[in-house]
Amino acid sequence: MRVVIAEDLALLRDGLIRILEAFGCQVVAAVDNGPSVLPALVEHRPDVAVLDVRLPPTFTDEGLQAAIRARAEIPGLPILVLSQHVEQLYARELLSDRLGGVGYLLKDRVSHVDQFVDAVRRVAAGGTVMDPEVVAQLLASRSGADPLDELTPREREVLGLMAEGRSNAAVAARLFVTEKAVNKHINNIFSKLRMPPSGDDNRRVLAVLAYLHGEDGRRPRTPA
Amino acid sequence: MRPVPQNGPVDGVRGLLRTWIRPGAVTAAQGLLTALLSLGTHVALFVLSLVSLLLIPVFGVGFALFPVATALVRLCAGLHRRLARWGGVEMATPYLPAPAGAQFGTWRRFRWVVSDPATWRDLSWLLPGAVTGAVCLAAFVLPLYGLEGVLGVPLVLHLTVDFYGYGPFWPVDNLLEALLCFPLGALILVGGLAAGRWLVWLHLAFARFFLPPTRTAELALRVHQLTVTRADTVDAQAAELRRIERDLHDGAQARIVALSMSIGLAEQLVGDDPEAVRRLLAEARETSGQALAELRGLVRGIHPPVLAERGLAGAVRALALAVPLPVAVTVDLPGRPAAPVESAAYFAVAEGLANVSKHSGASRAWVELGHTDGRLTMVVGDDGRGGADPAAGSGLAGMGRRLAAFDGTMVVTSPAGGPTVISMELPCELSSPRISPSSGTG
Repeated sequence: MRVVIAEDLALLRDGLIRILEAFGCQVVAAVDNGPSVLPALVEHRPDVAVLDVRLPPTFTDEGLQAAIRARAEIPGLPILVLSQHVEQLYARELLSDRLGGVGYLLKDRVSHVDQFVDAVRRVAAGGTVMDPEVVAQLLASRSGADPLDELTPREREVLGLMAEGRSNAAVAARLFVTEKAVNKHINNIFSKLRMPPSGDDNRRVLAVLAYLHGEDGRRPRTPA
Repeated sequence: MRPVPQNGPVDGVRGLLRTWIRPGAVTAAQGLLTALLSLGTHVALFVLSLVSLLLIPVFGVGFALFPVATALVRLCAGLHRRLARWGGVEMATPYLPAPAGAQFGTWRRFRWVVSDPATWRDLSWLLPGAVTGAVCLAAFVLPLYGLEGVLGVPLVLHLTVDFYGYGPFWPVDNLLEALLCFPLGALILVGGLAAGRWLVWLHLAFARFFLPPTRTAELALRVHQLTVTRADTVDAQAAELRRIERDLHDGAQARIVALSMSIGLAEQLVGDDPEAVRRLLAEARETSGQALAELRGLVRGIHPPVLAERGLAGAVRALALAVPLPVAVTVDLPGRPAAPVESAAYFAVAEGLANVSKHSGASRAWVELGHTDGRLTMVVGDDGRGGADPAAGSGLAGMGRRLAAFDGTMVVTSPAGGPTVISMELPCELSSPRISPSSGTG
């Protein structure tokens, strides 16, 4: 798998390269500033890009902007964005083209090396990966007359894991239940939230995230 | 006779009301109030002040009495300042703030009152002010007299009462003179209204020589205000640094110590007990995750990363997303404020939104950011139950103090039953328009 990395701190850049190469990825380019990200992506057309949000020269959100521009130029280019902090606002912007192949994780998650590499692979395969903290923020920012309140605690748990982009098998393993049980929970969730069921894993993640962002149109954020 | 416009007399009556009757009535009321205040109280207050000054050698009675007299004079002057604001003349309050422990009857109180030049300026204005104020009575009496003529009172009285006089007709001798009272009354009414405005204005303009602070007093007040806000800022900053130090010491720092201990132990055991080493390393990773989470929380409290990355507009949008109710955000900022102002504005809006989600019970809220006349304006509103009191809630009071450090202001309107609207202003200039693209999606 061919990877492009953008990270300005040498220590972290080398760490990322080491981890990815240990798991059989080929790092074709590693850049350390915002302006070189887009040319590197266009030149190498990697299977996946791992970008830091904050990059020189302005140390604002250049990595994120580069990711959005790159996907405008190369639609569906898989990109995993890493940051020291996560914001719902940024998650929304990354997901807005609804093409999948997007990941947004805290840098802390890299320390779970196997899970991190799994996330990179899922993004490369066109999946969507959201940091648990983004999902927690999304769930926390809902209250009042909300269909979410009708979910049982277990169903909320399943919804959260789905929103992080995990497959049924992964959800089942995580909760120590069978896949059949997970399927049942998912059907309940979709009917309680009045969302059309979807077989495609990735479309389902996007639908759940769009629902949580309150932008799916069927369920406005404002309680009517 | 008068041509009535086709769209009915209502417009004519409304127009008349708007352009003539209402302002006329206001002027007359101002004239009456001014005259009553001046005539009734000025002389009494002047005498009281004078007597209390004269009583100073007599057993020191004056020491206690003079501050009381001054308090009454200030009350009266304060009413005049209010009247002036009603009449469109702004006058600031000039008095030096009272020192601590200056209750009535204390020597400190006396010294404070006597040493404030505004005391003597007020006092010297009392008598001349009484004269100009008394003249304002004409602003009330003249229109009233004119009205008497216009309404035909002289005619009625001429027909019913034997002896009655109006204007130059003294007494009204015949029907012609009684009828002439109508145009005469109209003339007096119009003239009285026009003159009344001038008289009230003259009185206020004269008071302006005495009642507002002098340039020196203004500067002294400003110095006092700056001293207070600076002390607040320094205190708040010191407390903030102490909090950060404590959080680092008990949190991240302690966790990193534990982390290095786990790693050291693992180093010792490597080769002997691979299972224990694996467990220790997993523990170390767990601890490092907690340390990072704590540092993230701390950084968010010092300077939120999203503020650094997206500026005030983006950061406020990010804040609004985290509030568990719909928040409409409108931003109209042609540039970016200086970093310290931006940070103060962000935390003020954050506190406002935190109040909304904690206390208001609202179903909907809104935030408006704008910039007019060199001031950054922020409004946080909600449709909740209202009753928010900046004096009671430490959160709102803290917001006010934070803004005061930048000469900012905060006004809270929150009637019982809502809505609550917090309007804040911060004087600042905006830097050149921002070039980085704003958040693309809605």
